[in-house]
Amino acid sequence: MFELLGIPPQALFGQLLLGLINGAFYAMLSLGLAVIFGLLNVINFTHGAQYMMGAFGAWMLLNYAGVPFWGALVLSPLIVAIIGMVIERTLLKRLYHLDHLYGLLLTFGLALIFEGLFRRQYGSSGLPYNNPLPGGTNLGFMFLPNYRAFVVVASIVVCFATWYVIERTKLGSYLRAATERPDLVQAFGIDVPRMITLTYGFGVGLAALAGVLAAPAYQVSPTMGSNLIIVVFAVVVIGGMGSIMGAIVTGFGLGIVEGLTKVFYPEASSTVIFVIMAIVLMVKPAGLFGTAK
Amino acid sequence: MRLAAIFLAASSLMGAGAAYAQVPVKIGVLNDQSGLYADLGGQGSVWAAKKAVEDFGAAAKGLKVEVIFADHQNKADVGTSVARQWYDVDGVDVIVDTPNSGVALAVSGVTKEKNKVFINSGAATSDLTGKACTPNTVHWTYDTWALANGTGKAIVKTGGDTWFFLTADYAFGHALERDTSEVVKANGGKVLGQVRVPLNNADFSSFLLQAQSSKAKIVGLANAGGDTINSIKQASEYGIVDGGQKLAGLLIFLTDVHSLGLKVAQGLNLTSAWYWDQTDANRKFADAFAAANGGRRPTMVQAGVYSGVTHYLKAVEALKSAKDGAAVVAEMKKIPTDDPLFGKGEVRADGRHIHPMFLFEVKKPSESKGPWDYYTLKATIPANEAFRPLADSDCPLVKKG
Repeated sequence: MFELLGIPPQALFGQLLLGLINGAFYAMLSLGLAVIFGLLNVINFTHGAQYMMGAFGAWMLLNYAGVPFWGALVLSPLIVAIIGMVIERTLLKRLYHLDHLYGLLLTFGLALIFEGLFRRQYGSSGLPYNNPLPGGTNLGFMFLPNYRAFVVVASIVVCFATWYVIERTKLGSYLRAATERPDLVQAFGIDVPRMITLTYGFGVGLAALAGVLAAPAYQVSPTMGSNLIIVVFAVVVIGGMGSIMGAIVTGFGLGIVEGLTKVFYPEASSTVIFVIMAIVLMVKPAGLFGTAK
Repeated sequence: MRLAAIFLAASSLMGAGAAYAQVPVKIGVLNDQSGLYADLGGQGSVWAAKKAVEDFGAAAKGLKVEVIFADHQNKADVGTSVARQWYDVDGVDVIVDTPNSGVALAVSGVTKEKNKVFINSGAATSDLTGKACTPNTVHWTYDTWALANGTGKAIVKTGGDTWFFLTADYAFGHALERDTSEVVKANGGKVLGQVRVPLNNADFSSFLLQAQSSKAKIVGLANAGGDTINSIKQASEYGIVDGGQKLAGLLIFLTDVHSLGLKVAQGLNLTSAWYWDQTDANRKFADAFAAANGGRRPTMVQAGVYSGVTHYLKAVEALKSAKDGAAVVAEMKKIPTDDPLFGKGEVRADGRHIHPMFLFEVKKPSESKGPWDYYTLKATIPANEAFRPLADSDCPLVKKG
């Protein structure tokens, strides 16, 4: 029998693993935000809507075109990324020379519009999406569904690949250079505006990929993004705005903290991240991994 | 053109002349228009209220009815400020629907203070006609006591005698858990534990794992809307049912089943006040509803809004005024209820609308003839057994001594 205090160690392992799974979603979403903020200086509030669109993309591909989950895993993020790049080219681009606040307002407005459109079309209670990897393994201390295991592995691979590309490759060095001194990089013959567009597309694609991964686990609904995005922003703030590694580590870390709260004091599980955010902001305003500019 | 205008003016004058004693009535539909309860109420409830006004033939009976609506966003503070604005400034006489027990209890308080009328269809807490009852509130469609009495009792009687609750952490979840626990214990069962989950939670795996390790035979879902959908969906992922435990969805709406799909939802037992495919009158209402709402079928909440507004208008017609809320509610309690959707019944002294409840089972995909054909009737709970008896009520209006 389950006790609140004196919880058996195997139950604890189970909850840690679950926290890691949820952390995987936080990490992927906050990574996209961090990449976009780091390179474009835009606080992308559409991120939640783009995550939702990724999930809906998977649903539409399946129901209208018969594309299975594995195909949607590639196609849906690609489509959402292209929509994102169009937004960047036509709207966001005009705001780069203004204060952060303008980008935030624009993307927030866009998020509301996207959500409203999907709600109008599909209702608010969501759509079913079948689990592509049914079944699971009994680990002794818990039953691990195959699909959740896949989600953790996939997101760890994606997160670290992204970190590697940005921090350790030549392409990444161009990107980082372009953030610091776009004029100089341009002078070396590199097409900076195109690079920025592609970066935004990549960040958005990450959100959509997380959305596709979420579709079989959660309900595909128009509000799935707005419920999550606030938490993800807190994760980014705790990790340090624009820090790639910070986003990944805090994403997984906070998933685990939240998971543990769900065992010891479930009522607080929706607030614990914000409590941590408040504390971190007081002690280290630039975030755990951020550097004050 | 000018001639037409003159005719129009003349005819409207004549109209005004004929009904010189027109009684103005303003109905405000206050519910969740955008969040997790928007599909089960939302715009569908607004449509149902308008349809009730139309079918009642309000204009011909000397009532000048206007229907407005607002989104309370599931926040009690938003709900109360809309209610105050409506009552004080906009001249609203009655607020209807209002799912989310927290908001409903708050609006019920404001309604009493302003002496208006509150006809609740969407909220579940039995406290609305229990310790928080008022002379201005009528609770129409269902409540947590009736749900517990329907689903809870049926499950305990078929051997599900140990329970673990996943409870939505606000007024509604607490009331549903409390009422169901009482039913479980009264029928010889045991409650092994519960976990309180914040509203609008996406991931239930941790809570499901706790339910799993409790070894209870029944995992009772004292939540609603998107929360129920996600818990059922994830329970199937975590092999809860394969492990020998059963899920009891204590409050499941038609839209939830639609959203889950029959493959996941099949076999669930649920208690409902109304189902669209039960009678010809229901089907007719549902067809009209579907035509106006993108093919969706109405939930019991939306049907309850229709039925409640119909009865309210009858009371206003009898009194020829909507101004004194307590008097209107007293009249609603005096005249028996009778409408095409809920049939004959009554509004009790504590404000509870009494009618039969139904125990349904969700069909297997192979049994369903198409979208929205979801329920098989298992049992009818007669009106006199469906709701909390007045003798057990802690409503101050009916308390003796």
